[in-house]
Amino acid sequence: MILQELSEAIGISGNEDAVRKIIADAVRDHVDELRTDTIGNLFAVKKARGAKRAFKVMIAAHMDEVGLMITGHDGNGGLRFQPVGGIDDRILPGKVLLVGPDKIPGVIGVKPVHLLKGDEGKQVIKMDDMRIDIGASSKEEAEGLVKLGQVAAFSTHYSKIGRTATGKAFDDRAGCAVLVELLKGARFPFDLHAVFTVQEEVGLRGARVAASAVEPDCAFVLEGTICDDLPKDKDTSPTTELGKGPAISLMDRSAFADRRLVDHLIATAEKLGIPYQFKQPGIGGTDAGAITRSKAGVPTVPVSVPCRYIHSPVARLSLDDFENTVRLMQESLKRLTPDILKRS
Amino acid sequence: MDLFVLLKKLSEAHGISAYEAPVREIVREEFAKHSHEVRVTKMGSVVGVRHGSGTAPRRKVMLSAHMDEIGLMVMGLEKGFLRIAKVAGSDARVMLGQEVVVHGQRELPGVVGSRPPHVLPPDERDRVLPFDQLFVDVGLPEAQVKRLVRVGDLISIRREAFELKGGLFSGKALDDRASVAAVAVCLETLASLQHKWDVLGVASVQEETTFLGAATSAHSLQPDVAIAIDVTFGEQNGVPDARTVSMGKGPAIGIGPNFHPKLVKALVDTASNLEMPYQMDPTPGASGTDAWPIQVAREGIPTALLSIPLRYMHTPVETVSLKDIERTGKLMAEFIAHLNDEFLKALTYPID
Repeated sequence: MILQELSEAIGISGNEDAVRKIIADAVRDHVDELRTDTIGNLFAVKKARGAKRAFKVMIAAHMDEVGLMITGHDGNGGLRFQPVGGIDDRILPGKVLLVGPDKIPGVIGVKPVHLLKGDEGKQVIKMDDMRIDIGASSKEEAEGLVKLGQVAAFSTHYSKIGRTATGKAFDDRAGCAVLVELLKGARFPFDLHAVFTVQEEVGLRGARVAASAVEPDCAFVLEGTICDDLPKDKDTSPTTELGKGPAISLMDRSAFADRRLVDHLIATAEKLGIPYQFKQPGIGGTDAGAITRSKAGVPTVPVSVPCRYIHSPVARLSLDDFENTVRLMQESLKRLTPDILKRS
Repeated sequence: MDLFVLLKKLSEAHGISAYEAPVREIVREEFAKHSHEVRVTKMGSVVGVRHGSGTAPRRKVMLSAHMDEIGLMVMGLEKGFLRIAKVAGSDARVMLGQEVVVHGQRELPGVVGSRPPHVLPPDERDRVLPFDQLFVDVGLPEAQVKRLVRVGDLISIRREAFELKGGLFSGKALDDRASVAAVAVCLETLASLQHKWDVLGVASVQEETTFLGAATSAHSLQPDVAIAIDVTFGEQNGVPDARTVSMGKGPAIGIGPNFHPKLVKALVDTASNLEMPYQMDPTPGASGTDAWPIQVAREGIPTALLSIPLRYMHTPVETVSLKDIERTGKLMAEFIAHLNDEFLKALTYPID
């Protein structure tokens, strides 16, 4: 499955080239048109089945992932860095990074636990105080190996146990993989504009221009979304739960989902017995935020594969959820007609 | 010997204190290549024995490097997730998002779960989660987890070892597998040197908890002289220079009450004769190494400590210089080749 290849590829926001290449190669033979734009989005157009119809659906999945950018060189060869996208400082210590285009391995260490004084062990180490150590012993050596502005990604192998997959960047390579599957399938009763977007993690930048270029009648956003189902002392909703099916968003920080599209997804799922769940409202944001606001507005709904531990080196998803997301999308799209969007 | 290959094998093998079996097999195999005989002690330490060329009964020198590592243990099961506690000196600050292996009914790959930043209240991001608030997720349905995992099962860090620039090497458990590799280098080097004394290369158990392996091995092997080999704090970001030694500048020779002054001098002299770089590691009290119990085993054993500089101790990315390991092994071999009765006499404290 392409999810492994996509997960192991590096594509920090603004540096999505490797991911774009994999996707382009995977879908080339299944689409009628393949192009990119000035910001780096990849458009794959699959024309409608049969006679040409005046109905255009855009489906977006973002190629970029969170990571680190090199912002300085220390005298002793250490690399300073800042986050690209949202990263919790606490997941960085003790991790391995691949730095720059040559994927130079580096590590983020911490002061040995033996040398901590007083409450130091309870204090979160701030990113500003961390360094990536690639083994360079001087500023000059480090500068020769890694340039300012180059990026570093988590070094994580994809693996499978039972029906769960583990790997980095499932947010949103899971969505990309679902979209690739949809493109590989039969034509739909409308022109499908699949857009693999860039720079979602730094402000939904790619989706904004993509929607403006495509001008779809409606849109779907495919995500690998938050699955916060670890046990907690205080019982709060788990956002989504692993293994309970694709998550349909109703509302998040970026947009309200279009209720008609939500109802269409639900009707399809219920009719075919595909499991689904709602993403806990009010949390996170997706490309839907940009697409919904594009031009005169686009009715949009995000559909997601729940992923535990996103924005960390190791995320985890259920392959059943993944397959059910592909199926729910396929079946819903097959049945999607302009009538659904008519206002009564 | 390909030091990189050996160290990678040692680093990636599991062996939490008291459960050293997997790494023990690798050590046994490696020591066997360079020893006349390999034993496993009652408590599980490995001893590679090289017979000296002197007439029996021969004097004995013991080298001790511990093969156990720190880790985690399953404390409970909750909704299919595992509650954990640390075994020995694991550091809570490096746990979130780590890959692990749960040693259940079979080995299960797992992840220390982290909540995504999107849902974290700001004050939680400023809090280091203690072990009792961390969970390991093995990605299986709850019923299956209950069948495969029991309270008390051990959890090891899973981390591939690899080379950094500048001849540095990074991985888990290099505290103290780097030193076990140095002992292997020493035994291999001795095969092409003359040595009168018997050499007992020990890979000890349970150092991280109670120094059990070194204490019991020193008792039963009764060496005349001992050298413990461990790691010490290498220069790194965020730690004052006063607490560290340099990386890649040779072994650090411990100096302080835990070590016999004349052994210390002999090691310094040996390094000088070899024109090998070395550093001094002043240790005002307990060294926190196998040298501590060995020095007071039986009626007392003259003991020294060689330390390999290591960055990021007790994290999954411990980092050492391959050259420092090589040098540590060579230094011990050369020291051992010069051991004789006169030297032993010189270790006494004359009162005339």
